[in-house]
Amino acid sequence: MDTTSEASSAQERPKWDNKVQYLLTCVGFAVGLGNVWRFPYLCQIYGGGAFLIPYLIALVFEGLPLLYLELAIGQSLRKGSIGVWHSISPLLGGLGVASMILSFLVGLFYNTILAWVLWYFFHSFEDPLPWSQCPVNDNNTGLVEECVISTPVNYFWYRQTLNISPGLETSGSLQWWLVLCLASAWSIVYICFIRGIETIGKAVYVTATFPYLVLTIFLVRALTLPGATDGLLYLFTPDWSLLADPQVWLDAATQIFFSLSLAFGGLIAFSSYNPKKNDCERDAVFVGCINSATSLYASIPIFAILGFKATSNFNACVDGNILDLTNAFDIEERNITAENYEHWLLFLNSSDPDRVSGLKLKHCVLQNFLDQSASGTGLAFIVFTEAVIEMPGSQVWAVLFFIMLFSLGLSSMFGNLEGVLTPLLDLHVVPGWMPKEIFTGLICALSFLVALIFTLGSGNYWLEIFNSYVGSVPLLVIAFFEIIGVVCFYGIKRFSDDIEFMTGRRPNLYWRVCWMGISPVMLLVVLVAYVAVQVQTHPTYPAWNPQYEKFPEPEVKPYSDWVFAVCVLLSSAPVLSIPAVAVYRLVRRQTRSPTGHSYPNPYSNQNQDPNPYSNPAFTADERIQTFKAL
Amino acid sequence: MRTAVLLLILLPPMVAQDLCKESKDGFKVRLSIKTALGDKAYEWNKSEMFLFQSTLAFAMRIHANRSNQETNYNIANILVCNDTQRVSFVFVVTSPDDPTQPIPKEQVERAVRLSKHRINNAFLLSDMTLEFVGIPPTLAAPIKYDTPPWLIVFGVVMGAVAVGIMALLMSTVSKRRRAKDKAAGFAEEDGGIVKENGTSLSSLKGKDGVYNQAFSSDERFTQL
Repeated sequence: MDTTSEASSAQERPKWDNKVQYLLTCVGFAVGLGNVWRFPYLCQIYGGGAFLIPYLIALVFEGLPLLYLELAIGQSLRKGSIGVWHSISPLLGGLGVASMILSFLVGLFYNTILAWVLWYFFHSFEDPLPWSQCPVNDNNTGLVEECVISTPVNYFWYRQTLNISPGLETSGSLQWWLVLCLASAWSIVYICFIRGIETIGKAVYVTATFPYLVLTIFLVRALTLPGATDGLLYLFTPDWSLLADPQVWLDAATQIFFSLSLAFGGLIAFSSYNPKKNDCERDAVFVGCINSATSLYASIPIFAILGFKATSNFNACVDGNILDLTNAFDIEERNITAENYEHWLLFLNSSDPDRVSGLKLKHCVLQNFLDQSASGTGLAFIVFTEAVIEMPGSQVWAVLFFIMLFSLGLSSMFGNLEGVLTPLLDLHVVPGWMPKEIFTGLICALSFLVALIFTLGSGNYWLEIFNSYVGSVPLLVIAFFEIIGVVCFYGIKRFSDDIEFMTGRRPNLYWRVCWMGISPVMLLVVLVAYVAVQVQTHPTYPAWNPQYEKFPEPEVKPYSDWVFAVCVLLSSAPVLSIPAVAVYRLVRRQTRSPTGHSYPNPYSNQNQDPNPYSNPAFTADERIQTFKAL
Repeated sequence: MRTAVLLLILLPPMVAQDLCKESKDGFKVRLSIKTALGDKAYEWNKSEMFLFQSTLAFAMRIHANRSNQETNYNIANILVCNDTQRVSFVFVVTSPDDPTQPIPKEQVERAVRLSKHRINNAFLLSDMTLEFVGIPPTLAAPIKYDTPPWLIVFGVVMGAVAVGIMALLMSTVSKRRRAKDKAAGFAEEDGGIVKENGTSLSSLKGKDGVYNQAFSSDERFTQL
């Protein structure tokens, strides 16, 4: 092995070019798709403005302390998640492994969502938009039946994009167009990641700031659409009675937690590239507040547009009724309008009630249309695309929207991939001859191959499973053990010393109270409550089955046994590594002579052939510089 | 005598009215002129009705031509009744040879479908606004692209990404080559110094040196 490169790899940890890159990367990681399509939905169903109270309480007592903790330990111990937890205590090494497995699994399905976004983005250049009308069937006699019964938007999503199978049992085949889109998504991730933070740092200048630009454009446009104010009023009207429901508090806590992307190991990795003397307290508060502010800011245009969509649908409903009445009674055109519709209806009902009831007029209520809320992929690919069709200049808005979603997701993918790569690089799993670029490429290729599951006919169902079971309980467990690990194994006093070295001041009472008391208790309560809620109902999933008698309603199917076993496996596999590694270390400790305390030894070189020329004590380390400054 | 003449004169229109109202071979037509044209909507009157009858006679002639039948349909063969304010009415087509014999429904339907585009254009309307109740509109054939447009966008994006990856990998390779040349340069210098000193460092393993215990981890010396 070439000694110079070995020496350089032992000394030179990659560094951020400047503080802005680091902050943008952390903000980009935290601000993701969930800020746009989960938070507004929660705000809406949990009483609008009233939801902000549990949300902000969760941010202050759970989100910010955990965020500060992760950034601080990454910055002080200067390793990826596995190295950091191993340094704190070898028994806790499993935490890092759990974070790594988790980041890998989440990265798999998250990038598949980005592949879908790319698919829609490619199609946004067509005129007319392909999801605006039903395609003609094979013999040109009419429109495709599945499309006519549901809606063109639903048909485009379920049939032309996903080509979804009727259930999990039918796997279907690989959809070649989705494979292409998945390949492009992983290629784009690879090119941004190819040189680690050197290229990520440049990419986040665009991916982290572009969504804000698009959100502002949408805000201005949305507020001028008719019906926007209805949507906004609906979103923000507070319903204080809902605060008594514990489900609201649970969802607020989980939302803050998942929104800040904690426990993935990505934040630890990013802050490990910082210089040691960096005010991570201010960084943590900054990232946490920006994340919540973005959620709020994003919900305004989203709900203005949803209000516009509800108004359009309501008007279409009333117009449909008017046309039916006009045709049935041969009344002159334009005599019945939206304003005098009620009056006419009464008149016609009194003169010929049988014919009127035979028409089966729809009951049009604006509130019903506003209530048709959705979150997740349903919001982006069904509800929003339908709204975009109604807006003049649909292609422009569609392109902007999907580029925004893509950059939101891409900056979050950086964190996911970083949570996988940094621990592996720190563990020196990479053979020396393999440059980092090739290793990154291999990881991306491997992830692409595994993620091909999601391009099958039943791929969307599998993605929902991954989303619910991987991206929930394991994260809470890991975060809980993270806090316990720092507070109990590392010690608050030692941690405060490290922070004092890094930021120049000891953490104040608020931080210490949160770390030692409030946050672990809150996390434990949330974890227990979450699991309790989940086990109460046998899990089911909505399936899109054209043969179902109540189609287009989704057919609610239960998970079969083997699928349920997979779900449990997905939830427990990351978590099991925590006790597994702890037991392994305990066993090794018993069978060997005691190796001494587990303090990080600044002179312990990783290589077996200590080279005095690469003695860390004599490197251009900040420690020496601080002495020079004295 | 006079009554007989009167009956002869009045009979055809009366028969015609009956034929129109009671025939099962009639079609209901519905026009939505205001919806289609807004401010430029024309008023529906007898002249417009005349145009309709002539367009339909034209459609029957075209269809008959196709199937090599007699083609002398006339306006008198298109009977119209049940005119409403909606602008909807019923029409029946009678055979040119026998005005009391209506043309079967299927034939009229085929004729209308054949010339629907011309009929629409005569009235500046479309399939949605000029409805023949019971005759489904012929849908326009979907546009068939040689390459779907989305593949073109995909190709552009992937091409750019591939070029970027290649460029970055190439620059990494050239960087490594330069670093290797530099390292080789240093190695030569070291060898030169060793030679110059005269000290035989051949006992050392390469230039790594030997781990000297005196310099092992000893905190005392670094706590300056």
